[in-house]
Amino acid sequence: MLASTHSAGYSKTGIWSWITTVDHKRIGILYAVSALLFMVIAGIDALLMRTQLAMPNSDIISAETYNGLVTMHGTSMIFLFIMPLSAAFFNYFTPLLIGAADVAFPRLNALSFWIFLFGGLLLNSSYLVGQVPSVGWFAYANLTLKQYNPTHSVDFWVWGIQILGLASLISAINFFTTILNMRAPGMTLLKMPIFVWTTLVTQVLLILALPVITVACVMLSFDRAFGTGFFDPGAGGYVLMWEHLFWVFGHPEVYILILPAMGIVSEILATASRKPLFGYTVMVYSSCAIGFLGFAVWAHHMFTVGMGPWANALFSAATMLIAVPTGVKIFNWISTLWGGKIRFTTAALYAISFVAMFTFGGLSGIMHSSPPIDTQHHDSYFVVAHFHYVLYGGAVMALFGGIYYWFPKVTGRMMNEPLGKIQFWLYMIGFNVTFFPMHFLGVQGMPRRIYTYAPDQGWNLWNMVCTAGAYLTALGAFLFAINFFWSLWKGKIAGNDPWDGRTLEWSLPSPPLEHNFDVIPTVTHLDEWWHRKYSEDGKRKVMAPAPKFDPSTIHLPNPSFWPIVLAFGILMIGTGFFLPGFGNAIAIGTSVAGALIVLGSGFAWAYEKP
Amino acid sequence: MMLDTHHTGSAGAAHAEAPEAHGHPTNTGVDNRKFAMWTLIASECFLFATLIGNYLIHKNRGIDGPKPHEVYQIDITTLSTFDLLMSSVAMVLALYYCNARRLRLFQFWTAVVVVGGLIFLGFQYVEFSHFVLKEDLGLSRNIFASSFYLLTGCHGAHVTVGVIWMLAILTTSLIKGEKWFNSTMVEVAGLYWHFVDVVWIIIFTVVYLFVYV
Repeated sequence: MLASTHSAGYSKTGIWSWITTVDHKRIGILYAVSALLFMVIAGIDALLMRTQLAMPNSDIISAETYNGLVTMHGTSMIFLFIMPLSAAFFNYFTPLLIGAADVAFPRLNALSFWIFLFGGLLLNSSYLVGQVPSVGWFAYANLTLKQYNPTHSVDFWVWGIQILGLASLISAINFFTTILNMRAPGMTLLKMPIFVWTTLVTQVLLILALPVITVACVMLSFDRAFGTGFFDPGAGGYVLMWEHLFWVFGHPEVYILILPAMGIVSEILATASRKPLFGYTVMVYSSCAIGFLGFAVWAHHMFTVGMGPWANALFSAATMLIAVPTGVKIFNWISTLWGGKIRFTTAALYAISFVAMFTFGGLSGIMHSSPPIDTQHHDSYFVVAHFHYVLYGGAVMALFGGIYYWFPKVTGRMMNEPLGKIQFWLYMIGFNVTFFPMHFLGVQGMPRRIYTYAPDQGWNLWNMVCTAGAYLTALGAFLFAINFFWSLWKGKIAGNDPWDGRTLEWSLPSPPLEHNFDVIPTVTHLDEWWHRKYSEDGKRKVMAPAPKFDPSTIHLPNPSFWPIVLAFGILMIGTGFFLPGFGNAIAIGTSVAGALIVLGSGFAWAYEKP
Repeated sequence: MMLDTHHTGSAGAAHAEAPEAHGHPTNTGVDNRKFAMWTLIASECFLFATLIGNYLIHKNRGIDGPKPHEVYQIDITTLSTFDLLMSSVAMVLALYYCNARRLRLFQFWTAVVVVGGLIFLGFQYVEFSHFVLKEDLGLSRNIFASSFYLLTGCHGAHVTVGVIWMLAILTTSLIKGEKWFNSTMVEVAGLYWHFVDVVWIIIFTVVYLFVYV
């Protein structure tokens, strides 16, 4: 075991050091790299779909493949790209922003990452065996039952989601505890940076929403593996039960995707306009309001199933209500920019475009909150346009902004700004060219999730335009990759505080040392670092000399390989459900062996010196 | 699994011999592990709420096979409920004697918790096998059975985890003796154990008593 490897002898390089790391910063990097790799796969899915749809009656890919691409594109972008990239930012920056040495449970943090990675690999291995889930990212019953999907395709989806959910739950408990328990002295709740606040609300949503999808996935896997009838109307089950359970999780999930992005944008805009975030307290309250209302609107995904006027009216009203805190946020972002000395860095461009694109998607969202209008738009390309404006123009643009903003802190080098701006405009134009015409296609009646269409529907032009936009975006992604690697290698040395930042991470070296802070800071202000640099009238202050640092006070948690072993055990438990074809003994044996690995590594973990 | 609290670096030579001894203060004043357990319990509430809701929806929708009131044996289940509640009392005493540094009594009551949990699981085994063998009510016989087994089975899995955890605490105490009075760990395990008991009170009421309403 590694109990003897103390901080002094900590191996800093090599694969083994990454496998056993419990450093929140390294885990953050692991999350980011995995998320970007999964994004490449999900992006290729999208390009293939757009290629197929560019022209009518095209037969580049089959209907079955198209269904698989639709499913995997949605599932991967949500669970394997936006969520883990957000988690990368939570991991790397939460302790730095709150002035802590690490998260509350460093080894659980590593465990979350490895479970996530194995879950993602399990889901993607469906490509390798040619049994790609093709039931949509929502996997509506009863299409998911054995009789309609006899191969393991749905098992890949259900076990992938189950395992990924476990990873998110563990990490959510960890970060909830970290944020509420490990803040530096003086950092009251309303002195926390806004990104930490949106992170906190996101963790609450995860903690309360994930158990619901967990139960739904257990029910579905029981239906498939043991022949129960939860979603089989012939056995007395409810098909709609799945929709309710899925969206009770699925709608909070939407806010799980967007809230971290909102936090990142708030940080970037305040820094770029050299002003405090306008209405910080109101931003905090509106984040909480969005989180709270997020649990009361799930059935607006189901206006067309016939829930009756009362349910429709209530969920419609609750959905409209969410526009209020969201509108407050948009107002505050604009007011943050107002009168600021704005520097249009690439990060700032992404953040500003977030505000514009998200408003756009938000407006079409309000349209859908009205059941009669929703009934017209339901399952049409209008909805595709809507949620891509919120999740792509919104969440993804903000996350890219976050990468440009924090890349210097993580790597010590700046990303190339001119190249970044070219990439931004390619993304921005490509995105709008792809998704704006989908509004037109939607109101012209083009349904979602069709793999081809007849030439006389009047959809030809806009479909071609959409596809052209998608390739423009792909070019942008390619430029991003070039910029990323070039900057890692040759980027300008960043220094500690390249953006004249406001929050504590900019007080640290780039990249920060393994123990983060030499001396845990004492916080007196919101935007603590700014107030240390500048007096109230905006003049530069003479910085107080750094407090004396005694290296012997630093204790770092020991690296551990039990997280990856335990995560592997969890993967094995799920794998057993794929093996009945090889005989029940092998299937059950694999699951039981997995459970024993979980148990054994759990014990080893508990008795290991942290 | 909740053993790895890492306290912030400035806590000096704070090392993990006896985590409650050095106690680097947290913002809330609550130990990280305890805080995390309360958070997990919040999540578990939603888990069991979903399972119980699912049971209530499905219990009378079984198309063939026995109905709830035909199979439940209220006398047996009352006994097992009593047993589980008494194991919670033993849990309170175990923590009390851990805090009081009374090794033998601490170990004794921890063992009682383990035995209480095992007896409960035994009752559940007897109940399940009676349903399957005598009433012909397997997991997939009808939707009532499926939702019943899912709910009570999930609770049984939680009890199993609790038993393993308490067994680990007992073993550690037997090996390390007077050196190991990890009150925080025992308290966190106790929180979990009491939560699992409280859930059973709800299940007992909703599943077994509501058939008489």
